[in-house]
Amino acid sequence: MIGLTAVSNPKLLRSILPALSLALVLGAIFIKLPTAMSYFGLNLLLQYAVPIALATVAQMFVITVNDLDLSMGAYVGLVACIGATLLHDNPPLGVLALAACLAAYAVMGAAVQLRGLPSIVLTLGMSFVWSGFAVLLLSTPGGHAPDWLHNLMALPVPVVPFPIVAAAVIACVVELGLMRSSFGVILRGAGGNSKAVARAGWSLLAAKVAMFTLAGVFGMLAGLSLLGLTGAGDAHIADRYTLYSIAGVILGGGEFVGGRVSPAGAVLGALTLALANSFLNFLHISPDWQIGAQGAILILVLALRALIGAMERRP
Amino acid sequence: MMPEQMIRWARWARSEPWIWSWLATLGVWLATIAFTQGRGSGEVLTAALVFATFTVIVGLGQMMVVTLGPGNVDLSIPGTIALAGCAAMKLTDSENPLLLVGILAALGIGVAVGMFNYGLIRLLRIPPIIATLSTSFIVQSAAIAYGRGIRIKPAPMLADFATARILGVPVLAMVVALGSIVIGIALARSRFGRSVLAIGQNMRAARLAGIAVDRTRFATYVLSAVLASICGVVLSGFSGGAALDMGDEYLLASIAVVVIGGTSVAGGKANVPGIWGAALFMYLLVTMLNTFGASPGIRLIMTGVIIIGVILVAGGEEQ
Repeated sequence: MIGLTAVSNPKLLRSILPALSLALVLGAIFIKLPTAMSYFGLNLLLQYAVPIALATVAQMFVITVNDLDLSMGAYVGLVACIGATLLHDNPPLGVLALAACLAAYAVMGAAVQLRGLPSIVLTLGMSFVWSGFAVLLLSTPGGHAPDWLHNLMALPVPVVPFPIVAAAVIACVVELGLMRSSFGVILRGAGGNSKAVARAGWSLLAAKVAMFTLAGVFGMLAGLSLLGLTGAGDAHIADRYTLYSIAGVILGGGEFVGGRVSPAGAVLGALTLALANSFLNFLHISPDWQIGAQGAILILVLALRALIGAMERRP
Repeated sequence: MMPEQMIRWARWARSEPWIWSWLATLGVWLATIAFTQGRGSGEVLTAALVFATFTVIVGLGQMMVVTLGPGNVDLSIPGTIALAGCAAMKLTDSENPLLLVGILAALGIGVAVGMFNYGLIRLLRIPPIIATLSTSFIVQSAAIAYGRGIRIKPAPMLADFATARILGVPVLAMVVALGSIVIGIALARSRFGRSVLAIGQNMRAARLAGIAVDRTRFATYVLSAVLASICGVVLSGFSGGAALDMGDEYLLASIAVVVIGGTSVAGGKANVPGIWGAALFMYLLVTMLNTFGASPGIRLIMTGVIIIGVILVAGGEEQ
């Protein structure tokens, strides 16, 4: 009985770690900038939380099946460029182009499964393809966000800032779909124990294609929401999103292998990153050190998790 | 070809995976000189040899890391190249006598990055991808902060060495070719090389067989980072100074040459000749697209598509 509580405590600790990190960053912000604790302040601090959260969820789908998408940033950038050009000037063509992007993601999933290709290499190659198309569409920053997109991202929500509402909605939807549905169990199983899932008669190919397509869908939403915020497109607008998305998943408690992920955690991780970013800007920390600070935060959280893991293993 | 011959050929190609990268190299080279009607065919090869050399240096390190088994990869190479290059240029300050100091500092950075990487992997049990990625954030930041606005020319001796040629063949390429042979022999014969292969095939079995798994993995990550720092030094020597973004392209390049070159991504099987073939291919591919007069966008797309195409044909494990 005593052993049981000792084991359950680190588990609890591990599950609240993402929320704890977010609270830590929030606390630091409120101490340093008491004025930020307002509707307006939070809105400003969390401005880019929605696209980062969506990209993180997209990356989480890929990580669930033990792969990694190193093309996420380039892809989000391409979607923003399509939105700022084709979707604005010629909506049917724009929708067609976005559909082609999704099809490409489905093919990527199939290629990884059928040819046993390492996803790192395939997606690194794809990042060139995405950037290439983005540069073709917009060789210099420009274009216009469609009005509906702009209005959607500026949606006035009473009391609670829009980014928080949006993040909560995203977390709930994905949590329900991936963690609580029977379909989600199979998809996660494809990452956890692919042999068992295959023996049970499920198609691993279908699972992989489904997860990559979902990543394509959420990456697309990330690109469109980013465009709604910025108003104009740029091929390199989202280059950092590859790193943000991976870091977000890991901060949110996702494991690299074995299909152990947490959608709500991933969204919390993304919020933490977005806040930390804004905070570093407010502190006037030289942009030189911002990437380094993110690396340090990542290592810190992982170190904490290793510590908890060691507590779990202790008899 | 008769089906039977094709099968035999395919079997041979499978046992000698480096052949694909060399075939692809030959293909893009022929396409380029067909377009220029033979003009500059030799110059293109010399230039390819020069630029491929830099990719080979980091590719060899990445190959050793990847050979350690699934999940092992070094993403900190670009940051290490930039930081080592900046440090070497800054400490050398264009003076020959200080060259040794600069090189030693760069090597020291390599050793430190490698140790930090493996420290994260071993002590914090962080997957290598995330560990080396986190390291690369920090190293990159350090390079930006330390090397801000530097435009220091390399010491003349270093620049001469990096650009020297004997009978038209770059000296650097010869040195790196020698180094490649050493690594090839080490893989086949030495205790270290065979330990790397054994760990990549089955880490548990290797441990039970009494192989010093931790020491070998540690040495491999350090080797990769040190090779990256060497690349940073010679690359800044070659291009007349260090630049903060000079390592960026080597993230994809180092991984791509490993996979295109026929090294198994599942680990336990390395291929040195394939690294050279793949590195030459990557450079000649860009040259070909430039010769064809492709726009930057088309060039990016074609680079991605052709790399993926070669990997689809050559790489991949039988399911």
